Amino acid sequence: MLKHFTLDGKRIPFAEGQTIMDAAMAAGEYIPHLCHNPEFAPHGSCRVCTVKLNGRRVAACTAPALDGAEVENDTDELRDERRTLLQLLFIEGNHICPACDKSGNCQLQALAYYCGMTAPEFTHRYPLRPLDASHPDFVIDFNRCILCELCVRASRDADGKSVFAIHGRGIQAHLAIDSPSGKLGDSKLHKEDRAASVCPVGAILPKHTGYAVPIGERLYDRKPISVAGDVSDHRKDSS
Amino acid sequence: MTTPHSTIDQLETAENPARLRRVAIEPLTRVEGHGKVTLLLDDENRVRQARLHIVEFRGFEKFIQGRPYWELPVLVQRLCGICPVSHHLAAAKAVDQLVGVDQLPPAAEKIRRLMHLGQHLQSHALHFFHLSSPDLLFGYDDAVAHRNIIGVLAEYPDLAKQGVMLRRFGQEVIRITSGKRVHGTGAIPGGVNKRISRQERDYLAQEYEPILDWARGALALAKKLLFADTENTRNFAAITTNMLSLVRTDGALDLYHGGLRARDPDGATLFDHFDYRNYGDQIHEQVKPWSYMKFPYIRALGENAGAYRVGPLARVNNCDYIDTPLAESARREFRAFARGGAVQSTLAYHWARMIELLYCAERIGMLLNDEALMGSEIHTRGEMRNEGIGVLEAPRGTLFHHYQIDDDGLVTRANLIVSTTNNNRAMNQSIRQVANDLFDGREITEPLLNSIEVAIRAYDPCLSCATHALGKMPLQLELVDANGATRQVLRRDSTE
Ligand code: SF4
Repeated sequence: MLKHFTLDGKRIPFAEGQTIMDAAMAAGEYIPHLCHNPEFAPHGSCRVCTVKLNGRRVAACTAPALDGAEVENDTDELRDERRTLLQLLFIEGNHICPACDKSGNCQLQALAYYCGMTAPEFTHRYPLRPLDASHPDFVIDFNRCILCELCVRASRDADGKSVFAIHGRGIQAHLAIDSPSGKLGDSKLHKEDRAASVCPVGAILPKHTGYAVPIGERLYDRKPISVAGDVSDHRKDSS
Repeated sequence: MTTPHSTIDQLETAENPARLRRVAIEPLTRVEGHGKVTLLLDDENRVRQARLHIVEFRGFEKFIQGRPYWELPVLVQRLCGICPVSHHLAAAKAVDQLVGVDQLPPAAEKIRRLMHLGQHLQSHALHFFHLSSPDLLFGYDDAVAHRNIIGVLAEYPDLAKQGVMLRRFGQEVIRITSGKRVHGTGAIPGGVNKRISRQERDYLAQEYEPILDWARGALALAKKLLFADTENTRNFAAITTNMLSLVRTDGALDLYHGGLRARDPDGATLFDHFDYRNYGDQIHEQVKPWSYMKFPYIRALGENAGAYRVGPLARVNNCDYIDTPLAESARREFRAFARGGAVQSTLAYHWARMIELLYCAERIGMLLNDEALMGSEIHTRGEMRNEGIGVLEAPRGTLFHHYQIDDDGLVTRANLIVSTTNNNRAMNQSIRQVANDLFDGREITEPLLNSIEVAIRAYDPCLSCATHALGKMPLQLELVDANGATRQVLRRDSTE
């Protein structure tokens, strides 16, 4: 007999061991998320997928589904909280959507639209973060890194390389590269690596190309993120 | 009559500024172009010093350092909300060189040209109908509350509507070619990112139908208004300068590509078909302590004698011909106005601008009939280089974008000479001319103040607010005596 929980009143079946996120995704229900990607072990760091499980806040990507539980997801309260989290991400780095070539194909931007963010509400930190363009195929723009650790997980678990890691704590936390010089060009990152195409934002991007998809035809121009899904589900047609 | 240069030049810096009254004409600004005029007057209300100050865009050159070159066309178009396409395309031309492309696939070049023509059309229409026609239709001394596009709408509804529709068509051309009416993408290294489909072409062709007639009407109107007072048209804010523009290899007007041509006031050629990638050999920039904006000049002639004008006046003067029939016959008439040499009248900018509007309308019509516009090869690549220089003719004049990149593809150095900067000295000269002619001891009034604006406005400088605030820019003019006491305040705010 399959177990169920309710998500905003809808019955969602799940199998033993599934998280709320797994079961919701399998049922075609959208729970907003940034650091989650079903290909990799859940991480629970961005907290954007926070839902209320029987009234208590949990990260849907890590919380196991419970039989008979009531889960709230698409409520005004949670949407406001998610928007606040996104606002904090925006001001922590330098996310200049109008000039970013990930614009229209970026999960952070698409999610901000989805959660009703129209302008930044907090004071920008404007950190100074130089780019690393030493790799022949990719550029890392640390200004846009949201520390989701997807590249860290992909490099370690899919590519078996551990090219990326997060160093430092709290506000000092930053993406580090495993190479003698600390530069991407000296690392073992290869064009075909999963880590190179997993970034949900514009932090790791291919070099020498940008804005290749015309406005109006980009992933999130066509459909909201709740329907279009994650960037990495569309690796071929989103640049 | 035009006052000799030396007299006008003396008005750049007064001998005893401390003993003079300061009058500041300061528009409150909305966007990047912040402009202000300061005048120093003696006890008899005669002008002793006149300066136009503009807070310039220099910050861009700094903050794009360290950015990847392929971002440039999209990044730098944010320099401007009025002619972003010009910055987008000038940067794209520089970036083409960075990726080793000297010749775009035909469809890509045509699409870029179409985008650029759409930009000129909308910008020229905006400037003439929305910003300048109120001065020309109603007079510089008309009531402020009436001397604006709303006044034009009330009295000349068909005319105002044509202005709006011409501009709208230009914006539609931009939208189809770049994805958005303002700040789209479009140009990418070595080409464009989007083909023009037959359906899009047909849509534009259908919208195009009334455009040529309206553009002819706009030119006819500009001439009628300017010739209502030919003497004023000839002499108002008139100065004598060299002219600089791009011309096509065969000497024809070309807004997207060509070699640099400079002519002196007598029409003699200073240099011709000069490869703009070596612009530094001909153009230098002077820095003055009182302005954020540099003063470019023709190197061989020196800082003052080498000042030049760019934009419609320079282009229509400089080219040997225009390769569209209606604009060409208009150009001939325009050149005949010169009485030898170049047409120097500052107000003739309006006339030249409408000749270009007609040229753009004719050229867009030709491109929309060109099957090659819908070609499928829209970008190409070559061997990477470390330096790229893109130059084109923006609505306001010659625009230079110069970038150097390192081997990783990041920008190490950028130099931009924007159109308005090229006209810096000329605009200063023109306001000095007006101040010298009009501020001759009489009481300062709003129409006098507007005369200064009319002179600046003829250049269509990108002071954004100064020229793009519906002709009703909020201004405060203060007369302060030598002891710092305010003697007279004249206010005009946008709610009047
Ligand atoms: S680079 Fe991208 S994938 Fe890696 S941690 Fe930063 S945001 Fe996540």
